Formats: sequence, C-alpha cells, structure tokens
Amino acid sequence: MDKPMSLSANADGLLRYRDDAPHEEPAVTLDAFLGQTNATAVRIEAGDDARALIPHLGQIALVEISFPSFRDGRGYSAARILREAGYDGELRAQGDVLVDQLLPMRRCGFDSFAPESEIDAATAEASLSRYENFYQKAADGVVPIWKKRHG
Amino acid sequence: MYKYDTYDQQMVDNRVEEFRDQVKRRLAGQITEDQFKPLRLMNGLYLQLHAYMLRVAIPYGTLDSRQMRMLAHIARKYDRDYGHFTTRQNIQFNWIKLEDTPDILAELATVEMHAIQTSGNCIRNISADQYAGAAADEVADPRIWAELLRQWSSFHPEFTYLPRKFKICVIGADEDRAAMRLHDIGIQMVMRDGVLGGRIHVGGGMGRTPMIAPEIRDFVPADDLLSYLEACLRVYNRYGRRDNIYKARIKILVHEIGADEYRRQVEEEFIAVKALGLDPPQAEFERITQMFADPAFVADDGTAVDRSDPDFALWLDQNVKPHKQPGYAIVNISLKPQGGIPGDATSAQIDLMADLGERYSFDELRVTHAQNIVLPHVRQADLYTVWQQLDAAGLAPANLDLISDIIACPGLDYCSLANARSIPLAQKITERFADPARQRDIGELKLKISGCINACGHHHAGHIGILGVDKKGTENFQLSLGGSGAEDVSLGKITGPGFDEDGVVDAVERVTETYLGLREEGERFLDTYRRVGMAPFKEAIYG
Amino acid sequence: MKLLTGNDLPSGDVVWWTGQGWSRHVEDAVDVGDQGEAILRAEEGARRVNVPYVIDATLTPEGPRPAHIKDRIRALGPTVRPDLTLKPADPNAGSWVI
Repeated sequence: MDKPMSLSANADGLLRYRDDAPHEEPAVTLDAFLGQTNATAVRIEAGDDARALIPHLGQIALVEISFPSFRDGRGYSAARILREAGYDGELRAQGDVLVDQLLPMRRCGFDSFAPESEIDAATAEASLSRYENFYQKAADGVVPIWKKRHG
Repeated sequence: MYKYDTYDQQMVDNRVEEFRDQVKRRLAGQITEDQFKPLRLMNGLYLQLHAYMLRVAIPYGTLDSRQMRMLAHIARKYDRDYGHFTTRQNIQFNWIKLEDTPDILAELATVEMHAIQTSGNCIRNISADQYAGAAADEVADPRIWAELLRQWSSFHPEFTYLPRKFKICVIGADEDRAAMRLHDIGIQMVMRDGVLGGRIHVGGGMGRTPMIAPEIRDFVPADDLLSYLEACLRVYNRYGRRDNIYKARIKILVHEIGADEYRRQVEEEFIAVKALGLDPPQAEFERITQMFADPAFVADDGTAVDRSDPDFALWLDQNVKPHKQPGYAIVNISLKPQGGIPGDATSAQIDLMADLGERYSFDELRVTHAQNIVLPHVRQADLYTVWQQLDAAGLAPANLDLISDIIACPGLDYCSLANARSIPLAQKITERFADPARQRDIGELKLKISGCINACGHHHAGHIGILGVDKKGTENFQLSLGGSGAEDVSLGKITGPGFDEDGVVDAVERVTETYLGLREEGERFLDTYRRVGMAPFKEAIYG
Repeated sequence: MKLLTGNDLPSGDVVWWTGQGWSRHVEDAVDVGDQGEAILRAEEGARRVNVPYVIDATLTPEGPRPAHIKDRIRALGPTVRPDLTLKPADPNAGSWVI
C-alpha cells in the first residue's frame, strides 16, 4: 500500500488519501457483486463477510464499507482483511464516520471517508496526525514501536 | 518494574492532548454528549450519581511509590481526599470535574500513568496475579506478558469498537489469585518441553450471565501469543452479537456457537494472522523481561521473626504470605477495617503505603482484585516495623480472606447503574462479625457484594455472594452460595427468595452457623458446602 | 409533582431546575408539570445541564422528595459518607434517603 499522502476533500464532503480520481461507478451490494462479473465497486454492509471478495480483488476499484453507527466496529476488521489479502484499490468508510474514528480507520487500511455529517478537513488532518508512533503493526504500513526499538 | 521509554511516554502525552481537545470540543458544544460519551469512557471518565468519576489504570495492578503518591496527590487536589481501589486492580476517584480531567491526566502522565481504556467497548486494563515475581509457586512472571498485552491493546485500531468491553487476565502459577477464568480471555503461562507459552481460556465473565471460560488452546508458544489473541478478538469483533447489549460479551458468542466451533474459527483466522508478522521479536520480549528482573534481595540471615507481640502475630499469620526468596515475605494490606468502606483509602493512607513500599518493598506495590494492597517483597526482619506503621494508620486489619475481607462495588451510594447499596451492607456484616476470634474460627470465607447485575462486586465468585436488586423501589438482596474465583472456579447458586438489608445479614450468620455445625476437620466453608450441598443451608435460612 | 434534574456539564454537580435556572439543592426544585421535556431540550442544547431527565416526586413540608431512592441519594450525597453530603452537620440527613 502507498505511504500516506495529504488528505484532500471534495465538494461532497468526501475525504481521501488518494491521488487518483474518486471512482464514479455506483457500488453494488455484495450479493449483487457475487452474482455478476463486471462490477468494479462493491458495498459491504456491517454484517457481510469481506472474505467473499478475496477471489475477485483484481477487478475491484472501490470497496465501500458501511458504518451504520460509529459504535459498530465490524468494518475495521473487514478493512484489514481486504488489505491483508492484498487489495490496493480505494477503501471507503461510509456512514456514521466521526472525526475521532478516522485514525483507527486509517490504521485499518481505509484511505477514503464519506461521513454522513461533514468533517472539516483541517480538524480531520489534526486528528489523524496527533500520534507519531503506534504499538501495533496494522494495515497502514506504519512501522510499529517494537520494530523501531530493535531495528 | 516496567519503565517507559520515549515511545511509551510520547503515547500517553499525545493521549492527554487528544483528550484535552475532546473535552474542549464538548464544553464548546462542538460535539454532543452522545458523541462525547464513548470518547470520555475510553479515557475512564464516567458520569456517576454525584459527579464525574475517573478510573485510572494500574496496569496489572503494579505501581511504584512515585505513582502511588501521585494517586494521593490527585485525591487531595482534585477530589475529596480519598480514592477507591477496584476489583479490576484500578483506582477510582469519585468527585472529579470534567474541566479538570485534562490537567489530571497530564499530572498522571508525568509518572507514567493514564486512564486509557479503563472503560468503553475496548480491551480494558490487563489484570494479573498480584503476587507476580514474588510467589513461591510461580512458573513464569505474568507481568512480562501483561505488559506485552498492554502495549498491543493500547489504541488497537481494529478492536476499539468491539461489541462490548473486553477483559484479559494473565497468571503464571497453578494457584489462581486473579479469577483468571472469569475473564473474557484468561491466560495461564506454562512451560511445556522447555518452551514458555500460554493456556488460553476464552468466554468467561460475570455480569448477568456468568460463565467459566472454556479452554480454547492448551498451549500457544509465547512467540505467537499476540497473533493468537488477535485471531481470538477478530472472530469476536466480526461475529459477536451487536443486536442486544446484554448478549454482546464474547462469553455469549462462545456459548452460542460452542467452544469447538469458536476454536475452529480462531484457528482458521490464526493461520491468516500468523503470516502478517504481528508478533514482536525475541529482543522485545527480552527488553521487557529485564525490567521485571528480581530486585537485589539480600541473603537470609536466618533470624526468626519475633512473634512476642500477640496482635502482630495474628496479622503475621493472616496477612503475610510466603515469598520465593528466603528471608522475605509478601505483605497484604487490608483495606477492610471493621465498619469501613471496602477498597477506600485516604490520601494520607495512600501516601503511607507509598512510603512503606519505597522503603521496605523495593519501591513496589500491588493492587489486588479483592481491593487490597500488597507489598510484594518485604524482608522478614522488617515485618514488625511495617506492621506498626500500618497499624497506627488503621491499615492493619488481620482479616485477609476472612468474612470481613469483603469485596463490594460502590453500589447505589455512587454508581448510576446500581440498584442497591453495597457498602452499608458490607459495613453491617463486618459489625455483625466484629469479633476477630470468631472470624478466624470461621476461617477462609470470601464474601462478595454487587449492587447490580453487572457484578462488579464478583458476587457470582463469592463463597457467599450477595446481589442487590430493586424490588418495587426498595433495596432487596439475593444470597448465593458456593462460588469461587480461584483455581477451583465455580459459580454460586441462589439460595431462594431475597431479603432486606438486615435480613440478609441474619441469613449470612445462619449460613456460617450451619457451616460451623457441619464442617469436618480442615474443611473451609466452600468445602463443606460442596460436600453437603445447598439443602442444610436453605433449611437454616428459610426453614 | 415532576422535577427536572441532571448534572452540571463542567463540574458534574447534581442540579435541579428551579424555574429560572439550576440549583444544587433539591429544596429549590419546582414542579415542571408537563413542561419537563421542553425545558430539558432547551437547557441541554444550551449546555447549561448534562443528561437531564424528569423524575416523579412528592411535595413534603421539608420540600420536594424524589420518588426513587437513587434520586434521593443524588440529592443528598453518599449515605456512607455523611461528611461529604450537602448536609454534613445534620446527623439525621441520611434517614431522609431511606
């Protein structure tokens, strides 16, 4: 996965850590995707099994993962599973995405955020850059503290 | 003891600033209480009956004198001159102002302390055996692995919004002093063929549906421990119930799909996770291990402890436990004086315990899940001096594990979740059993009181357990017998209809009288109960 | 009667609606009738109170008495620490709660 670049915000309130243009094709449901062959954008609901996408990652340009409530953390696991399987397309968190959730989302591999209530890009940037180091290896390519300690 | 390096320190400093910003946004109205609540909870800040309550983490119950003194300072400066040690080896301050919390956290950070993840639906403070590094029966020091887990679980990005809270406990001996199998994950460090690893139990807990954690893996090599736990948590995060808060703990998932199916899913996940290289290298284990090396014990000069002071001798027999090092002992400081509030200590008492820890216990103290304090490494030659100073400060009740060594949650006197008051009941029971000789005659009897179904007072694990409920607007108490949080773990059974406050004190007395009449040589209350069953006790209570 | 109660946002202190504002003393609380929800929304929105709620109470010669023990404990303080309650000098204050 690419190293973090700067956060950009577009007119729809979409926040992105990607240099390419946002994918335009509407995302289809997981069931619809698995039933057809040519879709390139998929929407994962909180209860869906993200692993079902793994055989098809090569054709997907956008995975949108739904957060029906910020308290529902299933999307974090879905994101990591996809990144761990090698997915490098756009991974978008959509729904009840609040500024204080951006950092763990980013660490789990999300590089795009579509919050229901707009998040100011500067506040988001501040929240995302507050911590310099992390204990765990995750899906954001950050070198964990234990590795920095021991080289 | 573990000492922060610049990375650890930077992490808590960053957290202080993050929370300062969150509090500022809340006070300015930029976020609602609904949005702020999970943020403040993840920093241990509750809104209780009278004020905000701040729960400060004491990782695996271990702290040094500088940290202990800071707790006294917080109590004095920001609270009302006392703190409450909890059943999860933490401390709570009951009268905190929201506007002060960023400054409190900043002060805590100066002594390597914090309130990170002491609440919220995340991995909570890791608990461990309070005798770690001192116990004669220890196979491996659980603090090393608890510290590794502390780092792994701090701000874990995937497991910050779990279905429900998540509690992990590590022990390193066969004797279980930490209620290990009543945790979401309970780990016993063991040696197998010269290799260190963990026996993993998943799905225990108390609350409204108490469960004893089944063993999920009999051995995970220490090198793979984090990967394996990552797999355990991922299965839970994906499939734990989110439709009903009362069924959201991992124990319900494990129970509903069965331990075998849960194990199968974890093993499958573990294969995927193991390939990711999440486990730190050996050098990191060694770095942490070095910090828990034995202190510089001096050789035993063989002098026997002078038992000529009879009050001291009673305390010595009850509260002092054998140490692995000849010439040393483990001192238990009981925070359970007659008529007192279990687990409460004044700032002056906290300072005194810090002084004693610094001077007589290699600068180390421990907090126990039974809400007492431990000085883990005291020279036998110093025991009398230590006792005299404790006694002068009201800190030497000689009642460890006796009926007056009661675990009690704060209950309805403080807690917004409670249905009944736990503390006045604990006080009445200690008054009823005020005679120390009578307590010693009854022997080991773990009495635990919870003021609501959430079971913070561990009533399910009490030899005698009491649960406070709300019966049409009045306090009512259910009695249960036969629980244990030790290696002979079991869940108590309810005796029958509940009682009012005085009624349950009477019932407890009838239970103890019945036991004294039925016990055979060497039997504890729990042993007699297990031998004779509920019937004679029920007859004595209700007959 | 119906009372409106909550906690002060910055300090966390227990507060009661007096008709004009918020007091630390339940004696100052007034009957909000069916206006509780409306006052609650306005006051919470203005951040003059945190997590407010309406409770039942009875009017006694000593003043309003909340119907539930939890709110009586909130009104006075912890029954196990009379020194920390709002009436530390009154040895019988605790009996009002029970």
